[in-house]
Amino acid sequence: MELTNEEVLFLEEKARELRLLTIDTTFWAKGGHVGGGLSVIDVAVALYYKFLNIDTGNPSWEKRDRIIFSKGHAGISIACILADKGFIDKEQLKTYNHTGSKLGMHLNKSKVTGLDASTGSLGHGLSIGAGIAAAAKYRNEKYKTFVILGDGECNEGSIWEAALFINHYCLSNLITIVDRNKLMFDGSTKEVMEIEPFKAKWESFGFNVLEIDGHNFKEITLALDKAFNNNDKPTCIICNTVKGCGIEEIEGNYKSHYISIKDEEVLEKYKKLINAYHDERKKKWEN
Amino acid sequence: MGKLKITQENINLLSTVEWLTYTIYDLAEKDDKVIALTADLGTSNKFVQMSEFTPSKYFNVGIAEQNLVGISSGMALSGLIPFVAAFSGILTKRALEQVYLDVCYQNLNVKLIGTHAGLSFSTAGCTHFSNEDIAIMRAIPNLIVLSPADGPEISKAVIEAYKHDGPVYIRINRGTDKIVNKDINYSYKIGKAITLKEGNDLTIISTGRTVYNSLEAAKIVENKTGASIRVINMHTIKPIDGEAIFNAAKETGKILTVEDHSIVGGLGTTVSEVIAENNLDCHFKKLGIKDVFAPIGTTHDDIMNIFGYGIQGIAEEVTNLL
Repeated sequence: MELTNEEVLFLEEKARELRLLTIDTTFWAKGGHVGGGLSVIDVAVALYYKFLNIDTGNPSWEKRDRIIFSKGHAGISIACILADKGFIDKEQLKTYNHTGSKLGMHLNKSKVTGLDASTGSLGHGLSIGAGIAAAAKYRNEKYKTFVILGDGECNEGSIWEAALFINHYCLSNLITIVDRNKLMFDGSTKEVMEIEPFKAKWESFGFNVLEIDGHNFKEITLALDKAFNNNDKPTCIICNTVKGCGIEEIEGNYKSHYISIKDEEVLEKYKKLINAYHDERKKKWEN
Repeated sequence: MGKLKITQENINLLSTVEWLTYTIYDLAEKDDKVIALTADLGTSNKFVQMSEFTPSKYFNVGIAEQNLVGISSGMALSGLIPFVAAFSGILTKRALEQVYLDVCYQNLNVKLIGTHAGLSFSTAGCTHFSNEDIAIMRAIPNLIVLSPADGPEISKAVIEAYKHDGPVYIRINRGTDKIVNKDINYSYKIGKAITLKEGNDLTIISTGRTVYNSLEAAKIVENKTGASIRVINMHTIKPIDGEAIFNAAKETGKILTVEDHSIVGGLGTTVSEVIAENNLDCHFKKLGIKDVFAPIGTTHDDIMNIFGYGIQGIAEEVTNLL
């Protein structure tokens, strides 16, 4: 079902708030994986504020939907979402990366409420998600499992081991989402390690593949709707995104993978850029 | 199957993997949460027999050990109790990061079974040997490391692993183990070593396949020299039974460790750490695989003899130490 413009505007505002909070947290943390955090944040907002069947008051509710950020370096944005949802105290974000804090660069499930798996080293999350989805099928549980991958992460062979398994056991209750920002740590995916034809790869592994604009809430929610209602095949949603999305100065630059924000002047400049970006995006839905 | 019970009558007939799989199957019959996973090794480890009775409880992930462990952690996150079996050397090296991060870092209730441990896959060579699994696995926090001495003890280890809420690694041999525990109704507790034979002049501390060799060697030496040799079955490497080592050092003054594993980082190293940390005054010697890539052998016994921890080799070493 297509979102109304009003619903889109709610998600847009949430995305703006969380981009700003990510930047604040990066400042408090003295640095963070901003590039990949801001490329995936719109998809994460759509999931957390529209789709996921979760209960903040009962984080380990057995029937909840599961979500695994296999690209664990997006942790700084995920922590902001978990704080905004009320799983963790927002004040905790000010301790991010500090000695003794529960929040570090890669989030630890045993210390962060609302997290379904500890991730960080790439290539692990899809197998874990496959195990969760297979367990749901074995127990005839109806919950969904979402796994968010980075496109560079798909260099890891274990991703494709998991893809074979997901297809073989027909885990249509698992939805694989790839944050296709086309950049990795050392450069573009084209320069470092070509992964195209990417859509065809997932199709050849037996997936129903949807390719969308990962910064467009109507497209994201329509794709998730389709994935929810598809029981024949597992679905992979390739979200075309921009690394560092929202901060024009760093957008599309592989060096945005990890940045430090050392003074308030830079912080304020980035916030202005984020606000300008979202003001522009908002206009599209107000008309 | 499923009706299988450990009895005095059948203990000499079953292979290591039959002890393993039949025990898991018994648990699975009683507990819906118990499931079995392997990586195209169901024929080898007999999980495929279990699948004939309970197909929904059996997952073959294909030849993909990293995925095998990752999937099992997802299942444990969902409340299941996965028993995961693959070749020990490959499970503990190729899938190490998944064992370390997915299972142990998250402290999940996954039971990892390494088959074909040590040099027991004698003709297969180093690609399929598992000389370092104890060294690797005992360094991982949260993980219990078990090394049963024979088939009945595999069964006991599996049952105790099931009762423990957390990750456990069990290493077992290829083939059929010689029976150490003639009376199978003995008490087995994780972390509590078993003194198979009392003695005052020297203690052999052994684990897994070499416990049998150690026991036989002790008898030979005793008959020949009249010395009194204590033999300890250290079936749990982690947590190690420090008290048993402490008492052996104090009461016998000499300890020889014997293992089908590298002398680097295994049982011998673990025992030596206890001796050093407690400042125990005792003669100490390790027998095991030297720090080399081991050669193949027609039989497991052949290679154990090459490295000096066959029955005769142990007997000679004990005699030298007395």
